[in-house]
Amino acid sequence: MNTVKREGLDTAHGAILYLNDITVSFDGFKAINKLNLDISVGELRCIIGPNGAGKTTMMDVITGKTRPTSGTAFFGQTYDLARMTEYDIAHAGIGRKFQRPTVFEQHTVFENLELAMKMDKRVRPTLFARLSAEQEDRIAQTVRLIRLHGQEQRLAGLLSHGQKQWLEIGMLLMQEPQLILLDEPVAGMSDAETARTAELLNELRGKHSIMVVEHDMGFVTEIAQQGKVTVLHEGAVLAEGRMDQVQADERVIDVYLGR
Amino acid sequence: MNRPALFSKPAWLALGAVTVAALLLPLLNLAFPPGHALHVSGYALGLVGKFMCYALAALALDLVWGYTGILSLGHGLFFALGGYAHGMYLMRAIGRDGVYQSALPDFMVFLDWKTYPWYWAMTDSFWYCMALVVLVPGVLAFVFGYFAFRSRIKGVYFSIITQALTYAFMLLFFRNDTGFGGNNGFTDFKRILGFDITAPGTRAVLYLVTLALLVGALLLCRWIVTSRLGRVLQAVRDSEARLMFIGYNPLWFKLFVWTLSAVLCGIAGALYVPQVGIINPSEMSPANSIEMVIWAAVGGRGTLVGPIIGAFTVNGLKSWFTAAFPDLWLFALGLLFILVTLFMQQGILGLIGKMKRRPAPADAAATPAASKEAA
Repeated sequence: MNTVKREGLDTAHGAILYLNDITVSFDGFKAINKLNLDISVGELRCIIGPNGAGKTTMMDVITGKTRPTSGTAFFGQTYDLARMTEYDIAHAGIGRKFQRPTVFEQHTVFENLELAMKMDKRVRPTLFARLSAEQEDRIAQTVRLIRLHGQEQRLAGLLSHGQKQWLEIGMLLMQEPQLILLDEPVAGMSDAETARTAELLNELRGKHSIMVVEHDMGFVTEIAQQGKVTVLHEGAVLAEGRMDQVQADERVIDVYLGR
Repeated sequence: MNRPALFSKPAWLALGAVTVAALLLPLLNLAFPPGHALHVSGYALGLVGKFMCYALAALALDLVWGYTGILSLGHGLFFALGGYAHGMYLMRAIGRDGVYQSALPDFMVFLDWKTYPWYWAMTDSFWYCMALVVLVPGVLAFVFGYFAFRSRIKGVYFSIITQALTYAFMLLFFRNDTGFGGNNGFTDFKRILGFDITAPGTRAVLYLVTLALLVGALLLCRWIVTSRLGRVLQAVRDSEARLMFIGYNPLWFKLFVWTLSAVLCGIAGALYVPQVGIINPSEMSPANSIEMVIWAAVGGRGTLVGPIIGAFTVNGLKSWFTAAFPDLWLFALGLLFILVTLFMQQGILGLIGKMKRRPAPADAAATPAASKEAA
């Protein structure tokens, strides 16, 4: 479970995700413009940038929601993301948390995690599925990790905003993804919840490759540590480097951080 | 659980009691002579039998609408197709006892046809027609559903297309040349499997088969919605996009439940025709499909039992209304639908649940009074 590599995903060259010259244009407007980016196995990468920089569109491309107008997107050496459906990409090992928390509100916390769990997700196996003891253990572990123990049987719709965000992260973990995409995971969270989320991500560091899009600079500094931070601007990479390097970059200060 | 459990212990007991009561009706019909206090009339038995067919259709609709969030306004089509498939056998079983004493059904003689069209081949076999009852609605639903769901047609657009589909089939079946009796449809059935179709014994058996299939379908649906697949279906209803991002392909789940629902509805139609004695294209009219939706809504969708209760309630009202105030029924139906939508979105079952959860009236009255005193 903690191994980053698994069969089927060829990460021989050390990178898990390659975006090469990706362009996405909506009626002539280029949301992404010749974007090049790659993520290494086990890396925790933070992506920052002003509104409209193309951060969410980039995640849409990676998860199959939006098709690139040109360029290539590869997961490992072999999965061509531009040709795969959303559910095939999820099966291949990319999990995504959306900007707005989206959990199944009419299902309990337990059922949300159960549905997300890695397993055969076709019709017949689903009809006859029974939870094994190990699977129940995994759900119990995840529930503790996201601090929702004792609330397994609550409807997800009744959770607080922050709890929903955590439940969604828990659902991601149940999928055992190779690559986790987090779109503004601490948006709308209280300071305590934000701190706890940073703690959670630091625990996951190295176990999964993680890409975090975030506006909260304090949070980014907290989780980026000595890792790379990428700044997007107008659909392309403006700067890349350690947090302190990026913060000192003149162009970044001009377009994003402000003087 | 914060959600009312599907089939609690009292619910099982109630279900058992109702089933036993329903089993007794045909016995009371056969065992006691007319005029006896315990006699159940053939008319009443036929009415309950008919309502059970409607209930099965409403149950089938609940599977797609209540649980999966796919609102079909065309289930009347599947119901009618199942009815027509069985009707073909019943027409063949008339033999030479029709008005024209011909081997062909009267409507074909009337059209001056000399032989059966090709698609009537083998329909003299009861079991072949029973296979058609399942296959025709099933295959149509599968093919239609495949293209609609694959194109990601959802919500109101899907509903409108199903409505158009049943309307198109109605126009097709109205034509005499289609070979299904035009606007008169099939009627004047004489026998089924050699038994006189109007004999009390035959009617009792038809009633019992309907009851068995309704209870069987209810248990099947319960098993499906309480399985993990059932939770996936409800996830399709609540957030289909999210479901795709955790690795499910909604297409096959929707197609499975949609096809199963159509098959159940076809079976309901097949049980309906011999008990009512007629099937014609008006069963495919858009209004019929909409009525089915109202049954499910009135009873409480997403509960399985609710739509069954709804089918009995609405049709019971309809029987009374159409006798007492024949012109007002459609207004009453419309009003009922509006009231249910505005005031009881969980239908009759939701209302019962609410009454149970509410504190006893004495407490409720005492609390505001007490707070007033305190103030």
